Amino acid sequence: MPLVLASFACGLVFGIGLLISGMTEPQKVLGFLDIFGAWDATLAFVMAGAVAVASAGFALARRSRAPLLASSFSWPSRSDIDAPLVIGSALFGIGWGLAGICPGPALVNLAGLSAPIIVFVIAMALGMFGYELWQRRSVATRPPPGAAIATRSDG
Amino acid sequence: MAGVGKTADIGWRKARRRRNIGADPASQGTRTMHNLTPLSGLFGGALIGLAASMLMLLTGRLAGVSGIAGGLLSSGSDKAFSGKALSDKTWRIAFITGLIAAALIVPLFGGPSAARPASANLVLFAIAGLLVGFGSRMGNGCTSGHGVCGFARLSARSIIATIVFMGVAVATVAIVRHGFGG
Repeated sequence: MPLVLASFACGLVFGIGLLISGMTEPQKVLGFLDIFGAWDATLAFVMAGAVAVASAGFALARRSRAPLLASSFSWPSRSDIDAPLVIGSALFGIGWGLAGICPGPALVNLAGLSAPIIVFVIAMALGMFGYELWQRRSVATRPPPGAAIATRSDG
Repeated sequence: MAGVGKTADIGWRKARRRRNIGADPASQGTRTMHNLTPLSGLFGGALIGLAASMLMLLTGRLAGVSGIAGGLLSSGSDKAFSGKALSDKTWRIAFITGLIAAALIVPLFGGPSAARPASANLVLFAIAGLLVGFGSRMGNGCTSGHGVCGFARLSARSIIATIVFMGVAVATVAIVRHGFGG
């Protein structure tokens, strides 16, 4: 139960940050990506603020033995640059550039119950599920020797 | 025509002042209407960083939204033991509920509410959503996981991923808005 409450609180603060920063507004995000138009640099300030605070928080976490409510830290373990990383990020970039919406703001904006956001979130879930299916199938057809469970996420 | 544009602009500015930031009542035709808001950007960003720090310090998890949401959709055959799998889903649902709750609470204090983009082109949102969902899982992260947490960890993978998706997104907007290369 404490774990659930803590996760909820973190999601809440994360969402408040997204709203206050203006990053839930697709037009503001597109304004940042539109470097050939009326460029709006706000997103850079958001990133700077977020990275600065998260760096301090993560440094603190690195010095602790374990998180408060779990037995260990789940730091991403991979450091290789592979094709899926680059291709996946490129596909993500096209989608992000088309709509100005990424997963965090999409979920926050669900509260507005507008048709475009609902369509976007359903499509996003399908895309995520589609990747799971695709990956499961390719793993099933040619089992990688030894490299059984590749770790999943950077985030 | 110019007169109409002007009144709409004034109305928008009023609305913007009232609601502090962000809100554009009609996102159609607001192409040139976004201004730099560095202070609310920095403050909001700091809250995002705080949330990522809290999630790590409290639960040991990384605050990557695509990873958190994607984990809900993977049946996770490697952790089929129901108790553990269930609690793995629960914290993810709690985090996402928190995200949505933010958009219900912040407006009560005079802050911006959830964006409601004009639904002129639902097909575009569907295509964009598919690409964002598929791409973020394939690339193991999105703006939060790679962009914020990855940079904070100085992860080479995340820095490369962020450069790629930012670059591609900038190119996409350039083509869509300015028709470069088309």
